[in-house]
Amino acid sequence: MKPILVLVSVDSNSVLLGAKQFANYLREALEKYNLKDSVDVLETGSMGVYTQGVVMAVFPDDVYYSVRSVADVEKIVSEHLLKGRPVLSLEIPRERLKLVVEKEKVTEEVRIVLRNVGVIDPRSIDQYIARDGYFALHKALFEMKPEQVIQTIKESGLRGRGGAGFPTGLKWEFTAKAQADQKYVVCNADEGEPGTFKDRLIMEGDPHSVIEAMIICGYAVGATKGYIYIRGEYYGSVENIQKAIKDAYEYGFLGKNILGSGFSFDLTVRLGAGAYVCGEETALLESIEGKSGRPRLKPPYPPTNGLFGKPTVINNVETFANVPQIILNGANWFKQFGTKGSPGTKVFSLVGNVVRRGIVEVPMGVTVRELIYKFGGGLVGGKQLYMVQTGGTAGTFIGLDKIDVPLHYESFRDHGVSIGSGVILAMDEDVCPVDVALNTMEFFEHESCGKCTPCREGTRLAVEILRRMSKGQGKKEDIDTLKQIAIITQEASLCGLGQSINVPLISILDNFRDEFLAHIGATGCPRGVCKFEKPAKVKAKV
Amino acid sequence: MVDREAVAEMVRNIKKQALEERDMLINALHQIQNRFGNYIPVEAAKVVAEELNVAESKVYEVLTFYTMFSTKPRGKYVIRVCVNLPCHVTGGRQIVETLKETLGVDFDQTTKDGLFTLERTSCLGLCGVAPVIMVNDEYYGDLTPKKVKEIIESLRARGDAK
Repeated sequence: MKPILVLVSVDSNSVLLGAKQFANYLREALEKYNLKDSVDVLETGSMGVYTQGVVMAVFPDDVYYSVRSVADVEKIVSEHLLKGRPVLSLEIPRERLKLVVEKEKVTEEVRIVLRNVGVIDPRSIDQYIARDGYFALHKALFEMKPEQVIQTIKESGLRGRGGAGFPTGLKWEFTAKAQADQKYVVCNADEGEPGTFKDRLIMEGDPHSVIEAMIICGYAVGATKGYIYIRGEYYGSVENIQKAIKDAYEYGFLGKNILGSGFSFDLTVRLGAGAYVCGEETALLESIEGKSGRPRLKPPYPPTNGLFGKPTVINNVETFANVPQIILNGANWFKQFGTKGSPGTKVFSLVGNVVRRGIVEVPMGVTVRELIYKFGGGLVGGKQLYMVQTGGTAGTFIGLDKIDVPLHYESFRDHGVSIGSGVILAMDEDVCPVDVALNTMEFFEHESCGKCTPCREGTRLAVEILRRMSKGQGKKEDIDTLKQIAIITQEASLCGLGQSINVPLISILDNFRDEFLAHIGATGCPRGVCKFEKPAKVKAKV
Repeated sequence: MVDREAVAEMVRNIKKQALEERDMLINALHQIQNRFGNYIPVEAAKVVAEELNVAESKVYEVLTFYTMFSTKPRGKYVIRVCVNLPCHVTGGRQIVETLKETLGVDFDQTTKDGLFTLERTSCLGLCGVAPVIMVNDEYYGDLTPKKVKEIIESLRARGDAK
């Protein structure tokens, strides 16, 4: 151990801000100033904030910097590391750090899922083990029966973090009870809900937590094989997960007779290839089986008829990442966080026009206002908040009147504000709801797999109408027609993709109705976003 | 010409990593696409079908279902621009316009010099630095129209066309 440690975030978002280059330059500079023997450099995952700079932290001084150029790195080395004088101009102000520094518990941030992200070198299994890694696996294998593992997860109240919120323990129990010669554990890492990048940062920053959880799950339900299905575009996640799997095999946490327990488990990675619908669990299973990712008719559900027709547990990355800590600390420990119906924390992605875009893990029950103003630092340029989409593209559009609703799995039912995958997309007064609705429906039209008619045609029709409205050719009946399309598509579609388009569409039509009306029979978009065109001579009937 | 034997050899190697029969098709297609640059010749897809014992039509269906695969040669640089809301509201609209103008092509078209293919993509999970584009396997974030033009210029300077 060297006396000084510098942490550098090199997650995929930070890399785009120059993180790799800065880390390399840091090493060169340490060489130049002859500090090599006293300073360690550790490349770690995301520290949560993107202040248009790469976060570098110096320990034990506990100083966090936002670095934007190699000159900044030079300054930190020559001033702080060499002469012991922190560079005030680059320091991230203290109040921003509440988000980053674990020990300052003044805000409500609680790190269960992200406890190692931005703290350890994700490519080092030793560092994971040093932070109690694989202790939960040991505990499960040697101190607990499979039923006890399932019981603990059930009691913890953990629910699926991918968006649907299904109780995890129940899923495991159904799979455990199903009789079959082969069962599977699948991790849904096909993160595609626009605005969501938590799974990516978990896999890049702490891949072993997911692997450990999957092995525990395999033991609990009697599965001996597992797949992590990762988006084809997530190169960094694939790399870190593959390295972690390799190391876990070498250490005997994977493979035959794990730690001498008699339990065996194999784990491998499969890639997606650019299809949002594969995030739907049965489409994902189809894809692993080497087919196009079209959802299956449900029931039967994966716990009885999953991968290759066999009983399968399929959970999201964030859901799995909770598991080792629950097994280690118990269900009651987990239940102290969050709300009664939704225990634990949620990793939120703060995106759009907020000052500090990034991820933050807080207990369930946090409000949109807290997320945007307390953690996100308000809006860029001091602009007014106008609209927020919560939960992802399949989530709700809300106005200012709903930003004090506490977010948990019941907040959609109770208040019309969905938590989904945890996206908080803040939009300032420069956006136009018609344009936003059009963009959203274009997404669904593009990603609809085409298997069932209501979704394929419903999304297409909605786009046609909204496109017309955005050109200033809206008709009186358009709003009602859109609502009708939303309801029919929701009721008649085969899978979650089509079934969820009513959530964004109806919420934006209801909460921003005046803006839509202002596009009908008007001479220009009230917000100056949509470009009105003169209607064509013969108008197509919709 | 597709070197059938080389492709077959590749597929056989990939097959060794299978946990179950049939679970390697998409991984295999990824690797073959990398080998041929950025597309999969139908000829190579046929070899995959034979080696994995899957109907050719099934392989073709998979190839055309997933947006990351292409059966036609694409430009040397495939530019994927995120068109989803988190990028859209942080200046993504202008990024798309700038790309189309600067390259002189629409989505799914290739520039005449064979250098660039423009594609739209859904969220790439880099919303912390939106708006973003991907060029082959490299990402670029916090984009402005000016930055986009610079990126294209530097790629043009780098890039011997066909």
